[in-house]
Amino acid sequence: MRTLTNLTLAEGRDKLAKGEFTAVELTAAHIGAVEARRDLNAFIVETPELALEEAKASDLRRQAGQAGAMDGLPIGIKDLFCTKGVQTTAASHILEGFKPPYDSFVSAKLKAAGAISLGKLNLDEFAMGSSNQTSYFGAVENPWKRISDPKAKLVPGGSSGGSAAAVAARMVMAATGTDTGGSIRQPAAFCGITGIKPTYGRCSRWGIVAFASSLDQAGPMARTVRDCAIMLGSMAGFDPKDSTSVNMAVPDFEAALTGDIRGLKIGIPKEYRPVGLSDEVAKVWDQGIEWLRAAGATPVEITLPHTKYALATYYIIAPAECSSNLARYDGLRFGQRVAGKTLDEMYAKTRAAGFGAEVRRRILIGTYVLSAGYYDAYYAKAQKVRRLIAEDFRKAFETVDVILTPTAPTAAFGQGEGTDDPVTMWLNDIFTIPTSMAGLPGLSLPAGLSADGLPLGLQLIGRPFDEETVFKVAGVMETAANFTARPPQHPPCGCGPKGECV
Amino acid sequence: MSLDKATVRNIANLARIEIRDEDLDHLAGELSNIMTFVEQLSEVNTDGIEPMTSVAAMTLPLRKDVITDGGQPEAVLLNAPEAEDGFFTVPKVVE
Repeated sequence: MRTLTNLTLAEGRDKLAKGEFTAVELTAAHIGAVEARRDLNAFIVETPELALEEAKASDLRRQAGQAGAMDGLPIGIKDLFCTKGVQTTAASHILEGFKPPYDSFVSAKLKAAGAISLGKLNLDEFAMGSSNQTSYFGAVENPWKRISDPKAKLVPGGSSGGSAAAVAARMVMAATGTDTGGSIRQPAAFCGITGIKPTYGRCSRWGIVAFASSLDQAGPMARTVRDCAIMLGSMAGFDPKDSTSVNMAVPDFEAALTGDIRGLKIGIPKEYRPVGLSDEVAKVWDQGIEWLRAAGATPVEITLPHTKYALATYYIIAPAECSSNLARYDGLRFGQRVAGKTLDEMYAKTRAAGFGAEVRRRILIGTYVLSAGYYDAYYAKAQKVRRLIAEDFRKAFETVDVILTPTAPTAAFGQGEGTDDPVTMWLNDIFTIPTSMAGLPGLSLPAGLSADGLPLGLQLIGRPFDEETVFKVAGVMETAANFTARPPQHPPCGCGPKGECV
Repeated sequence: MSLDKATVRNIANLARIEIRDEDLDHLAGELSNIMTFVEQLSEVNTDGIEPMTSVAAMTLPLRKDVITDGGQPEAVLLNAPEAEDGFFTVPKVVE
């Protein structure tokens, strides 16, 4: 069974096409893996029966010669995407029990391509967090372990922590994520997998529970660059229901993986080497630069002078948009309701009971910066700085083709560590937030291990709607990095001759 | 930037989130820390810079003003905590 769950999406697709196994067999193997790793708490809802039904239908489609681009491949869906008839919570108590009467555009597209959902993956509440510890349904555990302390439970990163953990632990072949300030890339780095936040506008936001609408973007998380390219092809596309969805053709992302990056210019921003950057992260970054140089690309030092203001800008803009978006949770039309004597009291009690501490904090900050007398001082100011950050990138891309940076300042940390101060926690996203502010595509891939045995990721940033160059460079880097390490299997699957994992 | 308890109570009221009195001190401290952190933006010169409201370099698409969906009261009310006779119900707002 382990053999089937170790396959990449590309291998699974090709072997299904050759008839080496059926979609039902592939799906059943992954359902077994999901059950075996419930200790990680990666899923909020498992849908094995639905998945097996879909797998049967997939096998029939294939027999009829009508297989789609991802037909029969088992994936997980972050519980931020509305799924028809299947509970969708955004990991919040306030949406507990909500069963959408429709599918999000992206999850519907994946279904139409034949992908099989095994269920809904855990996340930080309303995608607000960098450690998956703010979920109402409990923290997700990273399958990776420190060599020095294998008993410590580590965070998978966030907000797409369930997605990253499930992909890393071979429970699903790939998963959907969403990224507002780093929520695909940072958990991908923490869990040793690959994920891309595409250009803002590449994937429709329709049917995705909104956090910060000018930043939110869906993307794939998988174990290889090629797998991300395949899956993004089945997620992207114009949707008239999202006014920021871009009406342009979806390229064949997989075809971009030519392996030839000769002559490309790789920007290395000097501001991404702040005082105190971990030596290990700096070393992996330097190694990445060398890999690309060896493959014929030219590293070029660039400057992104407003980098240090990105975090403060983000923590005005994102809470402002969140306070506005989350106004819809009023106990009236969906989700939880707490009774009150008046309408206002019902709102206030419902929202007090329904939102967790981090979400409440961000709503309050957002309400404050948008309130009368403070709007210009904070919100309008942050929007101006945002333009300066985006301009930094625009200027850099006049001379370089892609930018290489670390994904996160550290490897995965322990559950309960660094949770006392919200601002410290936010520093996790220091390298990913600027890309989000500028709406650019950013991909994280595993590039090495820390001395303590934990994955470290590197980030490649591209021009708007030039995911192809990002994929091309990432493919070369993936080959050079040859990252074959895997998280330990626990509990043992019992499939080897002596009960050991194979 | 420091937020006092009265300010926090006021924002919480604007956001329609009930806050217990014993939580106000702690929350005021947390929010003040955050506002102090974002205060650093004041050192950036933004004279003559237009606020960026969207990263997508596109004009908002327009569509014909026609009905594209509807007639699904059951689906609309499916998730309502309380509904009656095809309507959402709320506590009495008019005496």
